[in-house]
Amino acid sequence: MKKLMLGNEAVARGAYEAGVTVATAYPGTPSTEITENIAKYEGIYSEWSPNEKVALEVAIGASIAGARSICSMKHVGLNVAADPLFTVSYTGVNGGLVIMVADDPGMHSSQNEQDSRFYARAANVPILEPADSMECKDFVKEAFRISEEFDCPVIVRLTTRIAHSQSIVELGEKEEYKLKEYKKDPGKYVMMPVMAKKRHVEVEKRMARLREFSNKTGLNSIEWGNKDIGIITSGIAYQYSKEAFENASFLKLGMVYPLPTDLIVEFAREVKILYVIEELEPFIEDEIKKLGIKVIGKDVLPVTGELSANILREKLLDKQYEGKTCIEEKIPARPPVMCPGCPHRGMFYVLKKLKLTVSGDIGCYTLGALPPLESMDTCVCMGASIGMAHGMEKARGKDFAKKTVAVIGDSTFIHSGITGLIDIVYNKGTSTVIILDNSITGMTGHQHNPTSGYTIKGEPTKQVDLVKLAHAIGIERVKIADPYDIKEFEKVVKEEISTEEPSLIIAQRPCALLKHVKFEGPLRINKEKCRICRMCMRIGCPAIVDNGNYIEINEALCVGCGLCTKLCSFDAFQKAGDINGKN
Amino acid sequence: MEKINIMIVGVGGQGSLLASRVIGTAALKKSYDVKVSEVHGMSQRGGSVVTYVKLGKKVNSPLVEKGEADIIISFEKLEALRWIDYLRKDGRMIVNSQRINPMPVITGKEKYPENALEKIKSLCSNVIFVNALEIAKELGNIKVVNMVLIGILAKLIPIEKEIWLEALKEVVLEKYYSINEKAFKAGYNI
Ligand code: SF4
Ligand code: SF4
Repeated sequence: MKKLMLGNEAVARGAYEAGVTVATAYPGTPSTEITENIAKYEGIYSEWSPNEKVALEVAIGASIAGARSICSMKHVGLNVAADPLFTVSYTGVNGGLVIMVADDPGMHSSQNEQDSRFYARAANVPILEPADSMECKDFVKEAFRISEEFDCPVIVRLTTRIAHSQSIVELGEKEEYKLKEYKKDPGKYVMMPVMAKKRHVEVEKRMARLREFSNKTGLNSIEWGNKDIGIITSGIAYQYSKEAFENASFLKLGMVYPLPTDLIVEFAREVKILYVIEELEPFIEDEIKKLGIKVIGKDVLPVTGELSANILREKLLDKQYEGKTCIEEKIPARPPVMCPGCPHRGMFYVLKKLKLTVSGDIGCYTLGALPPLESMDTCVCMGASIGMAHGMEKARGKDFAKKTVAVIGDSTFIHSGITGLIDIVYNKGTSTVIILDNSITGMTGHQHNPTSGYTIKGEPTKQVDLVKLAHAIGIERVKIADPYDIKEFEKVVKEEISTEEPSLIIAQRPCALLKHVKFEGPLRINKEKCRICRMCMRIGCPAIVDNGNYIEINEALCVGCGLCTKLCSFDAFQKAGDINGKN
Repeated sequence: MEKINIMIVGVGGQGSLLASRVIGTAALKKSYDVKVSEVHGMSQRGGSVVTYVKLGKKVNSPLVEKGEADIIISFEKLEALRWIDYLRKDGRMIVNSQRINPMPVITGKEKYPENALEKIKSLCSNVIFVNALEIAKELGNIKVVNMVLIGILAKLIPIEKEIWLEALKEVVLEKYYSINEKAFKAGYNI
């Protein structure tokens, strides 16, 4: 049967067909849907782990115990998981272990552009790169075979355009995979120096065997065409190249580390001009140059952002696109915004009003950095907000700390904020930390986490009690406040920043998009009462529209959270419908 | 038919991802090769979103590039202007006349273009304007704006109506099928 599948869905299908029984992840765009889809298959234990490091550790455990296991993350998540990655390369596996990593060239939803292929090389782990959904499925299955044959974890790298493109997949049967026997083998699995030294030698032998394999495997293949132009490429760049150079010769790489050097030499010998076309860093290009082969690549192609067929035509063929001419007028940008009814809005309004320095983190609430709220000063990586606020205090003193807060989501706090908070307590900081507890992982599309009380399959489970947790690590001041109640929230923030001890405010209000969250329905502005003072505009709700000489609410967007009414001194807000007594 | 390149542009939350799934599924049922590309994440939070759908004998790149779109469906009129240079010279547009202000307009930093519809008309001779929000409201659910627009698109593509309805059935949840079907037909019969 054929089905249209997202690359991520196809990866999930591949895992299912390969007989995987353990799947772990922390959600991160563009990798999230892999594990979301795996969780739909019966018989596969799936989890949202607190962070990528834990996710990989669970998968390693499952593999050593004999199961085929898969662990998924986005590129920045691989930084978090790098520690176990380098060592599992030494221990090797028992049941196959596949690590899915989704890079985000173009930074559609990431804080940096990073190229995961370097991790594969640094950790001595093979890496595969599919070019469409069908290959996503097939490569995952092949990755499990390689993992077991060569006794190593295998990374499969996606990029946004592979992970989030749908193309046709031919479904296959589920392989009957029997749990492998677990044998105690400290020499292989206990990586203390004496054993690790021996294992490193094994790793080098394995790499030599993998280099041989790379020349033979069907993952790397030559498609002969016109030999004037030869193109070495992989992943989505292959698709763009095919579009721009229909008749050229291609060496399509499915295994990008280790590279098939014999095949490359053979290919290079036959073609007149050789291009290496890859997104982000010149990873393949540099390896080929080391062989003494002349190629054209990053000297003309960009190392930033995504490629496209047009970029290739322009840079390599000197062709410009012919299309409509743009209108002269400036089209206003449309940046993402917090949803109508979002619980974070009231909080940011207060932080802005109090003119605080805000050390921010990764989540929907990062959007609080944009106008009109503009109340976030920094954002570096998952979990960094708390440690950074502490660092600011240590650099500038306690008075500065009295004008500073760290803000972090519930899921992010569990991911890696908790350790920062422990540091503050232990090292005598006085920071105020606000956990934006909206009972879900919002940004990535509503995944559960240890504070939400449900598992990935929606089953009820124990819920982390943030108050008790804070007490347990030594925070004595913990306040729960409702960010919808602006006045009260402001009072709590003022109190907590003024104290000379660490304090935690839990801003509690579920995400407006959760199904069980119900609102009263849209509001309308009574034009007779409205004085056009524009106070309500300050909360930056996308449903409130300034029409120049009157203010209006877009009823298709407004949910009726009531936040704006709290800023209006003239009682101008009414429920939509009761102005003229009809809807 | 060699290839049809479609772009769906709009504002995050308007249901363009679902719409692209319906087109993709219908194309698959008609045995075309098909690729759909979308970007999730940030763009879902009320930002500008664009989805590419390409169908034909063989599709390589999932992207539609400047000057390559045969049809652009715009869920919002300002977005139609933003992406119009992706349209082929003699390409067509379907434009929902709904207006959603972007944040820079809300905060008064930038201006929503006056006479957006006239401007679109002056740049593209083959354009269908529709007030899909009004139609959806009359049907009783403002969320089906997307299916009204897909209904209009369906007529421009060599895929039979029955196939479209089958695809719709496969993609939307059962309990929402009938309202989506009504919206599709409303668009189809315009
Ligand atoms: S998804 Fe939820 S938390 Fe995120 S911006 Fe929207 S309402 Fe706020
Ligand atoms: S009630 Fe006010 S703040 Fe809440 S969604 Fe409606 S317009 Fe926005």
